[in-house]
Amino acid sequence: MNGFRDSVEAAIPALRRYARALTRDRDLADDLVQDTLVRALRSERLFHGGDIRKWLYTILTNLNRNRLRSLARRPASVPIEDFDAVQQAGPEAGGRDIDRALGTLTDDQRAALLLVVLEGLSYREVAEIQGVPIGTVMSRLARARAQVKSFLDRERPSLRRIK
Amino acid sequence: MTERTVPVTEDELHAFVDGELPADRRQEVEAWLAARPDDAARLAAWRSQEDAIRAQYASVVDEPIPERLDLDRLTRRSRSRRMLAAAAVLVAFLAGSASGWLGRGVWEGGNVPASRAVVVEALEAHRLYIAEVRHPVEVAADAKHLLPWLSRKVGSPLRAPNLKSFGLKLIGGRLLPGTKGPAALLMYEGPSGERFTLYFARATAPDSALRYRESGQVAAFYWVDGEVSYVISGPAERNRLQKVAEAAYDQLDGGRRPQRSTLLQ
Repeated sequence: MNGFRDSVEAAIPALRRYARALTRDRDLADDLVQDTLVRALRSERLFHGGDIRKWLYTILTNLNRNRLRSLARRPASVPIEDFDAVQQAGPEAGGRDIDRALGTLTDDQRAALLLVVLEGLSYREVAEIQGVPIGTVMSRLARARAQVKSFLDRERPSLRRIK
Repeated sequence: MTERTVPVTEDELHAFVDGELPADRRQEVEAWLAARPDDAARLAAWRSQEDAIRAQYASVVDEPIPERLDLDRLTRRSRSRRMLAAAAVLVAFLAGSASGWLGRGVWEGGNVPASRAVVVEALEAHRLYIAEVRHPVEVAADAKHLLPWLSRKVGSPLRAPNLKSFGLKLIGGRLLPGTKGPAALLMYEGPSGERFTLYFARATAPDSALRYRESGQVAAFYWVDGEVSYVISGPAERNRLQKVAEAAYDQLDGGRRPQRSTLLQ
């Protein structure tokens, strides 16, 4: 239909990947992507050139923060499969560990880490997406990495030794 | 060579792993790592985290895209939704009233001093509606009756401050049940979806300067002017929220209030 739309469409797979890692929940992730697309299509007139992909990441990141803020007053709950994962020792256990490690980060730390390592964005781009100075992105990244490392060190002492 | 090397910082180690370090510094970092097994081990751990994250999520891009994310479908749906707008307004109103009432008292066990009750209600409403994607407001900003209607219901003239200088656009408002009678909520939105709200209700407290209150990830500045309490809520970033609140305060100024520089708490 037009260039804007094509660019939005091309970004969908990456948005889904980012949302999936951000929420670690398939349906929730696609809800977020859907809401992001609805908003992007509605705001086409507000988009004045630039990097559409970065703009979409920004919308998705903000929608996720809004969602978490509205959840913040509810008591914390742990998905049932996390309990299963604790017991699990099969080949999937490695994947579940990184999932659960990500789950222990604050949403800003998790977003910063994922945008850098999974989505391959530069520090500058992540700073613009999160609306903070680059120094803040770097400290979020540092805290995220330290936290994930200490979580994995605690959870997988045996695996660590093998490495 | 080692004695000429400037010590490598933690930030530089991250920048090194992420390919953000200038080429002329890379070699020095490599030399640094060769001499420091602890830092080298930390770096290896970061890289294996990255591998694990990629291994876990990279394949999402190869999955077939669900139908509900089809752009044509999403556009069609938004068109047919407009035809249901009248019904949606009614539903949103009923849902808004119901959740407003149900939400009352949940926060802080309901034992809130009377002067703060209004900010508690405002934050509650803020949290509830910023997450709303399809019906964040009951009446859109372009409807001429928005402000007259809310003013009539609340019983005091309501103006909507212009917050464009912060990139915030008024998207509309809704009516809420407050402890002291009807209250109004105006919602503002930035180009990438960040939301701020202005809560407005008849006041019983004396005039006050701007006060700050934080609650988890959201926060509010509130003040009382004559017969009305105002609460500006947004993300819990105090400095930024304060600038927005001051702009709103100045625009809504009735001219008989204390200096806003007497900022309390």
